[in-house]
Parts: sequence; structure tokens; C-alpha cells
Amino acid sequence: MRSRLAMGVIFMDFGSHLIQQLINGISLGSVYALIALGYTMVYGIIKLINFAHGDIYMVGAYVGFFAITVAHMGIFPALIVSMVVTGLLGMVVERLAYKPLRHAPRISVLITAIGVSFFLEYGSMYFVSPTPRTFPRVFETEGLTIAGFTVNGQQLLIFAITLVLMVLLTYIVQYTKIGKAMRAVSFDTETAQLMGIDANRVISVTFGIGSALAAAGGVLVGVYYNSIDPLMGIMPGLKAFVAAVLGGIGIIPGAMAGGLILGIIEALVSGFISSTFRDAAAFAILILVLLFKPSGLFGKNTQEKV
Amino acid sequence: MNIQRKNDLMYLVLGLVIFGIVYGLMEGGMIGSFWKLNIIIICINIIMSASLNLINGYTGQFSLGHAGFMAVGCYVSVILTTNFHMPLIVGMLAGGAAAALLGCLIGLPTLRLNGDYLAIATLGLGEIIRIVIMNINYVGGAAGFTGIPHLTTFPWVFFTMLVTLFFIKNFVNSTHGRACIAIRENEIAAGAMGINTTKYKVMAFTIGAAFAGVAGALFAHCFYIINPSSFTFMASFNYLIMVVLGGLGSLTGSVAGAFVVTALSAALASWPEFRMIIYALALILLMFYRPQGLFGYVELTAFKPFRFLDRTKGGRE
Repeated sequence: MRSRLAMGVIFMDFGSHLIQQLINGISLGSVYALIALGYTMVYGIIKLINFAHGDIYMVGAYVGFFAITVAHMGIFPALIVSMVVTGLLGMVVERLAYKPLRHAPRISVLITAIGVSFFLEYGSMYFVSPTPRTFPRVFETEGLTIAGFTVNGQQLLIFAITLVLMVLLTYIVQYTKIGKAMRAVSFDTETAQLMGIDANRVISVTFGIGSALAAAGGVLVGVYYNSIDPLMGIMPGLKAFVAAVLGGIGIIPGAMAGGLILGIIEALVSGFISSTFRDAAAFAILILVLLFKPSGLFGKNTQEKV
Repeated sequence: MNIQRKNDLMYLVLGLVIFGIVYGLMEGGMIGSFWKLNIIIICINIIMSASLNLINGYTGQFSLGHAGFMAVGCYVSVILTTNFHMPLIVGMLAGGAAAALLGCLIGLPTLRLNGDYLAIATLGLGEIIRIVIMNINYVGGAAGFTGIPHLTTFPWVFFTMLVTLFFIKNFVNSTHGRACIAIRENEIAAGAMGINTTKYKVMAFTIGAAFAGVAGALFAHCFYIINPSSFTFMASFNYLIMVVLGGLGSLTGSVAGAFVVTALSAALASWPEFRMIIYALALILLMFYRPQGLFGYVELTAFKPFRFLDRTKGGRE
């Protein structure tokens, strides 16, 4: 009788621990999803693994930080300012670094992306100093308690903003003219150009939107973890890429789902196994996906033609 | 004596002359300890970039996990030399063998992937190797392995480098190497010509990993402490940059790339805040104006003053 009771307590403990980790996982996964969207959109259009995307996210976090501390903005204006500024930065990077290499071999563009990544990392280290900054507590941490589980204020903020941005993105991609052009260019760039679509403009807008989403992720992570530094973009950038591959690279709903799945798996691994194996879990998933379904969860298998 | 052997002899003489000059300067006290260490690092980086070039440049398989194999070689050799007091050569051979074994095991499943997917898979595997090492307490975990005997000397690294370069040069000129180049040019066509593409891809990957393991063994014994953070994917990027900078598919290029990158970062060591910015800009500008790298597919012998080194064709057009 007593042992059964003890088992029950352990089981309940396990259950609540599980749900708490799921909540943490979804909030982390939302951020991965926001970053992964930029990767997947850029890859879908110009087949480039934009290694600098993680650093764009870092810049977004810093713009948000300065908007709050220097310009004394609230969280929402700061978020919008950060998205706009970082979106423009993404377009400038594309215009200066990737556009001249549009017809160059893929590896040159990849190396350029690595160069841009180093430039953003160490450039911002020079300008904002390499020491981590404490992100101000702009959002009151009054949490929500549902049936004994607490979802804190920052997590609610992350869920809400991610949801709004994803709905907005889906609307843009599915129902606006530029979204239609993006889908056309991603499907077949040359034919789209023959139909009168300005591919360069579409690519530029794609970089802008992707960078703005990453910036939102950066600001949200700043609010969530309270600390930002110039090298913060490296790991999340890679993880987000894993998320994009997991969902099927080039597929927008895939990136959203992939980000959430990756976040949840990471939270479960760090909650139940060991937090040191968190990063290894992400890469192990990547390799399993690549070996068994390289086109990702949402992808279709395409036959290679000679 | 046939022409091929005569060429090798010429290269060997050239190598010995360079060795003699640099060693003479070192022993004569003309080179300070800072540059002495950097010359050793340059030689190790040449081994790394030449072996990565075999995978990326000659076989056309995009690998981003080369630092992982280096880490394996490094840790296997330090366990043997530090805990079991073996000589350096045993550590190097064991490190190379362990890395080769791992390269073969990893290569078999992953080399079915192509292009970007292979790049990302190898990047992930390199990170997994690092994280696993970080979690093994026997080798010091994240804090690192301490008390390594200082065994690496200039003659050791220089002659290992020469062996590596000769091996890769002759491999590329052999039937197997030609098969690898055919795979780079067009995998489907190579398969249609009867080349077992999987076999040659795994072969190139294994040989590349083996030399990375040997380089790792040499690298470990330059320092008293070694820790997993030296083998992040950033380190793999660094070797990739050396290869691309020199020219994919050019052994001369790999030597030049490793030399330029290492010497540049050593020379900029006094301005740490600008070092990486200059490095990044140099990388971007190089890709704009010379995307094929400094040497492209061309070897040193294509240039007039060096044609005497290669009697087989009297220089390429």
C-alpha cells in the first residue's frame, strides 16, 4: 500500500516535471523556429546556408537592448525597432556580400557567409565590447498558473509574439503579391524572371523578412535569459539550422514545426538526462534525419536527374 | 630511374633545403620562441589542410568536421604518451589509426549524402565528437587534459608534413586518386564508367581523417594542456578556409593557404580586436576577386621558374 503510494507520488512528480520541461521546451523551440524561418526562406530561394544568420539574430538582440536602455522604449516598440533595423541590415548584407556572387560557385558564397559571420561577431565585439550585457527586466514576470504548472511572463510573451509573427508570415507568403513572387522565385528562379518578377528584389525582401524574424527571436531570448553577448548567435544559429533541416529545408511550416520539436527534445534531454548532452542531442537528431529522411519531416522526396 | 621518381627526388631535395635553412635559423637563435611555435603550427596546419583538400578539393565531398578527427587523434595519442609513457611515434600512429577508423565508420553512412547535407552532417558529427570528449572524465572533460609531455619538435612535424604531402600527391596521381577526381567532376558519370563511388569516397575520407589524427597527435604535444574547446566547428571552418584560400584541388595551394592564414593570424596577434575583422574582410574580398583561391587547380610546377621540378609534362598550359 505504502509503496504504491510512493510510486504514485514519484509518477506525479515525473508527470509535472515532464510538463514543466515541455513548457520550457516550447518557449526555447519558438525562438529556434523564428531563427529557422530565416534559414529556410533564404535556402529555399538561393540555396545558400546563410551561416551569418545566427549573428543577425545576435545583432537583433543588441539593437533591442540599446532601444530599451538608451532610448528608454518599452518592450513592444523596442521589438519593432529591432526588427526594422535588423531587417535592413539583412538586406544590406545581402546586397553587399551575396549579390555580387549570385553566379559564383556555391562554395564561394558559403565561405563568404562564414566571412560575414566572423565580421558581424568580431565587429560587434569591437563596438559593444565582448563582455556579456544584462538585458533589462522590461516585462513583469507575473506568471500564469494552470493546474499547478507555472508559465512565467516571459514564456507567455514568447508564445504570443511567435504566434503573431508566424500568422503574419503565413499571411504574407500565402496571400500577398510579394509572397506569391517569393514562392515563384523559390520554385524556379529563371522562369519567374521570365514572367516579369524582379528576382533581386524578391531575394532582398526575403533576407529582410528572415532577418527581422531572427531579430525578434534575439530580443525574446534577451528577455528570457537576461543576458546577451556578441557570440550568442553561434549555437542557436546552428541549432536553428538543424531545426530547418528537420522540418525540411525550404519549407516554411517545416521550420516552425522543426524548431518546436528541437526545443522540446532539448528541454527533455537537459531535464531528464544531462544538460551537457543537450547540444549533442540536437546534432544526433540532425544526423538521424539526414540519414533516414534527408528531405526532412515535411519534405517530398525528389528524384535526382542527370 | 623513371621520371616520376626523379620528380619525387627533386621535391625531396627542395624539402630538405627548406628544412635545413629553417632549422639552421632556429638553432642559430635567429627565430624567437613565438615564431618557433608558429612555424610548428604552420606545419601542422599544412598537414590538416592537405588532408582536408584530399576530401574537399580532390574528391569534391564537402566536409566540415575535420577538427573532430584531429581531436580524436589528439586525445588517443595523449592518453598513450602521458598515461602509458609511450614514445611520440606510437601516439601518432595510434591517433591516426583511431581517427581513420572513426572516419571510415562515419563515412560509410554519411557519404551517401551530397552537397550541403553532407557538410551539415559532418559539422554535426564533429560537434558530437567534441561533446562526447567533453563528457569523458578520464581525459579531463571540459577542463582539459593536463601534464602532456612536450614531445613535438620541428624535425618531427616537418618530416611528418613531408610524408603527408608525398603521400597525398602520389595518391592523387594513382588510379585511386584519378577515380576520386572523376567523382568530383561528375559523380553520376563516374559511376557509369564503372567506378565504385562509395568505395573511393570512403577511402578519401578515411585517409584524410587519418592524417588529421596524426596532425592532432603532433598538435597535442606542442602544449602542456589540451582541451575540447580547441576543436569546435570554428576550427574546422579555419581549415576549410585554408584549403579554399589556397585553391581547392591544389596541394601547393593547401601549403600556401595554411602558411598565409597561420602567419597572418600570428602577425596580427598584437591587435587582437582587429585580427578577426581583418581576417573576415580578407576572406570576403578574396571570394569576390579570386573565388578559385590563390592557386586554383594549378600546382607550383605550372609556373616557369619551378618547371624544372616536373619533367613529366614540362609545365601545364
